[in-house]
Amino acid sequence: MLLNYSQPLEVSDLLKTFDAFLYEVLPAWAAIVLECLLVGVALLGLFVVLALALIYIERKVTGFFQARLGPNRVGKYGIIQSVADMVKILLKEIIHVNKSDHFLFFAAPFFMLIACMLTFGALPYGKGLQAIDFNIGVFYVMAVSSLSIVGVLLAGWSSNNKYSMIGAMRSGAQFISYELSAGFALMTMVVLSGTMSFSQIIESQAYCWNIFNGHIPALIAFVIYLISGHAETNRGPFDLPEAESELTAGYHTEYSGLQFGFFYLAEYLNMFIVAGIATTVFLGGWMPFQVEGWDGFNQIMNYIPSYAWFFGKTFFLIFLSLWVRWTFPRLRIDQLLTIEWKYLLPINMVNILLMVVVVLAGLTLTDIF
Amino acid sequence: MENIKKIIVETVPEAVIEEDGRLTVTVEPDKLHRLAITLRHYEEFPFDYLAMLTGMDWGEKLGVNYLIAPSKDLSKVIVLRTGTTERENPLLYSVTDIWETAHLNEREVYGMFGIRFINNPDMRRFFLNADWKGFPLRKDYDTNPELNPLSAESKPIIDIAPCIVETPDGLKEEERHIFEDEDYIINIGPQHPSTHGVMHFRVALDGEMVKKIDVHSGYIHRGIEKISEKMSYPQILHLTDRLDYLSSNINRHALCLCVEKAGEIEVPERAQYIRIIMDELNRIDSHLVAWGTMCMDLGATTAFIYGMREREDILKIFEKTTGGRLIINYNVIGGVMFDIQPDFQKDVKAFIPVMRKALKEYHRLFSGNVIAVGRMKNIGILTYESAVSYAVTGPAGRGSGFACDVRKHAPYSLYNKVAFKEIVRVEGDTYARYLNRLDEIEESLKIIEQLIDNIPEGEYVTKTKPVLKLPEGEFYQRVEAGRGEFGVYINSHGDKSPYRLKFRSPSMAAVSVMPLICKDEKISDFIGIGGSMDYVIPDIDR
Repeated sequence: MLLNYSQPLEVSDLLKTFDAFLYEVLPAWAAIVLECLLVGVALLGLFVVLALALIYIERKVTGFFQARLGPNRVGKYGIIQSVADMVKILLKEIIHVNKSDHFLFFAAPFFMLIACMLTFGALPYGKGLQAIDFNIGVFYVMAVSSLSIVGVLLAGWSSNNKYSMIGAMRSGAQFISYELSAGFALMTMVVLSGTMSFSQIIESQAYCWNIFNGHIPALIAFVIYLISGHAETNRGPFDLPEAESELTAGYHTEYSGLQFGFFYLAEYLNMFIVAGIATTVFLGGWMPFQVEGWDGFNQIMNYIPSYAWFFGKTFFLIFLSLWVRWTFPRLRIDQLLTIEWKYLLPINMVNILLMVVVVLAGLTLTDIF
Repeated sequence: MENIKKIIVETVPEAVIEEDGRLTVTVEPDKLHRLAITLRHYEEFPFDYLAMLTGMDWGEKLGVNYLIAPSKDLSKVIVLRTGTTERENPLLYSVTDIWETAHLNEREVYGMFGIRFINNPDMRRFFLNADWKGFPLRKDYDTNPELNPLSAESKPIIDIAPCIVETPDGLKEEERHIFEDEDYIINIGPQHPSTHGVMHFRVALDGEMVKKIDVHSGYIHRGIEKISEKMSYPQILHLTDRLDYLSSNINRHALCLCVEKAGEIEVPERAQYIRIIMDELNRIDSHLVAWGTMCMDLGATTAFIYGMREREDILKIFEKTTGGRLIINYNVIGGVMFDIQPDFQKDVKAFIPVMRKALKEYHRLFSGNVIAVGRMKNIGILTYESAVSYAVTGPAGRGSGFACDVRKHAPYSLYNKVAFKEIVRVEGDTYARYLNRLDEIEESLKIIEQLIDNIPEGEYVTKTKPVLKLPEGEFYQRVEAGRGEFGVYINSHGDKSPYRLKFRSPSMAAVSVMPLICKDEKISDFIGIGGSMDYVIPDIDR
């Protein structure tokens, strides 16, 4: 169906040609190895570029919310400010804390990064731009992204600092609680799509995004996912593990230089991942906005390449998250847990049943019209 | 007042009573406690508010001045005085059981004068290390720096408090442990984002709950009271700005008033108008910072920047007329330093509507926010009795129903000529203290509105003699600063510098009550309550 439209800016054909070329000139095993390397490098590149871009965007958007300018000195509009900051953080000394558990202390930041990277591989950035398409994609992403909590707990434990310890314990409680909600919200959508594979979820949203298709239960699930996703990324108003006004910097108080940079990087990338999953599952992923039958309109929409759609939607969600972060004060730990266990989780459980009813009774939008 | 005199004589017949505008009662150390209790429970108006506790070294005697007032009527004040000729091991009776605020003040007096107080449960020196040699505010203090060398060594924090208790068999020295052995203690401060300065709270935690708080202070103590004894009055003025830097102009106004009262210097009306307008601008400035930092303590960074945005307008007005922004060095004895700039009135009038609009925005952004209300309502409740006993004044005290606005109850300068409302709330929680500040900004705007168009023509300063000598005597002046009652006490021997100068710091009372109101609250709320008490550390570490 999509092939009917011309998509001049799409890169998938180019990649296919390149793939065929590699297999032609190299033996099969070498081609695979080379491709894996290239994909890895591309993902790492994306990783860095995204983090830098997100930091810059956050600072600019925050400036906008706070009636100030944000970075504006390094480069035009301060555009290379984050690059300068990156160089600074690379050059900074990594301070060794004498009485810390050295092995765990050094290992902790890598848990964070690895969790992010594993998730990155499974995200579909555009048509044909997905490193691995698991048939249990949603499940996989949930599983590996929760690895990062291990990093937080280890960092808090091994630092031998009371602030870090409190931060890590808070983080543990928070993460486990909200992971439940996030999982249930995604399950609701899996019920609607009938599949856990990201590519199939997206295909099924060609003419009607899930959030419209599943109407009421999907909308509820979307809101819950945004809240719990926001909580999982440890950002305000859920930034209790860091809570700089209480715990100085929470679990990463003792980290400096590049190790701190890893945590910082992971925070921003987690924000991107949460928004990316929400986009994929609820907002049609890289699918353009199309209406069945309106061919002219659909053609225009298809001129915008799929990766632009994906990043556009994702950055919109990130903007929402920044808006929330810079408006609300921080929750207290008991309030945080109350919201999850007393409100979000019960609503979620009812919601998943509601979705089952909607799907079985044929009440989704595509069924009705 | 006649009744009170009668009661005093009945209680302690040998008390020496002097009267010159206010009662000064001198009694022997062993009688003071009985007299204090009688006055505290005086039926008509109990003297339940200890405004100032001043350690004194009269040369032959060491002692203490207590300035007390009834919380119902702050204008009635009595000075109690007691002293001992013993200089090696001076002992007085504590009044901590009558007025809780005496606790930290007596510890300060111990550090500065070496007077120990019997029955005070914690006789560690406040502001000073346990191994400090000499007592700085005594007249015979040896200032030789070799006695107390600067050391880079880390000193362990002492959690064992010595104290002297009175038992039936006489006095007994005891030691009390502040914390239990298994307590999980974290240090909030001296370097911490939310202590608003170099404050140090040792906090025992039970999970997230605060079990006990021990207050340490003195990291930035500058000995301003000691320095002042060597300086002339116009010089001391510059130090007042450095106490509570957020209400610098008001502090300075207090010392000016005190010196003017003592020296019988007439202040031109124009100067009085300008002073009050500047004071109120300063108060708005101070409340804006308090609001912003409190919001930031609760995690709302944007609110902080909003507060700073409006504050900037005030600072620009200050800058135009005085050249200063934070510490504006504007009041001088007899008036103000310069006349106002030609567009001062225009700027102030332009600022008033801006501020009113901003206040609405603040309420929309933060006061009604569901998370913010959940973090503030019914948190850190300070009862009326505790507020009075701990002498918590200012917006914090008025949040507990303690009507303590000095501008209203003991008016100075022009405050009895302007109409404004004293904002009092009775809830006593963080939210009441928070709302009080925003409402007081509105009242300050009203005061400014009444004055700004009517600034009379004339001189802006009375010329005073280059070397100003005050007559012999004791002089008190109390004003309402940004965080509560700010007091100045001058004991003059007729020289160009004071024999003893004491500042009453409203922040110290606010800090002293923290262990009480934070008990059994969460650690996050401890930070929020701290924001709502709004202490400024240089005000404590004078």
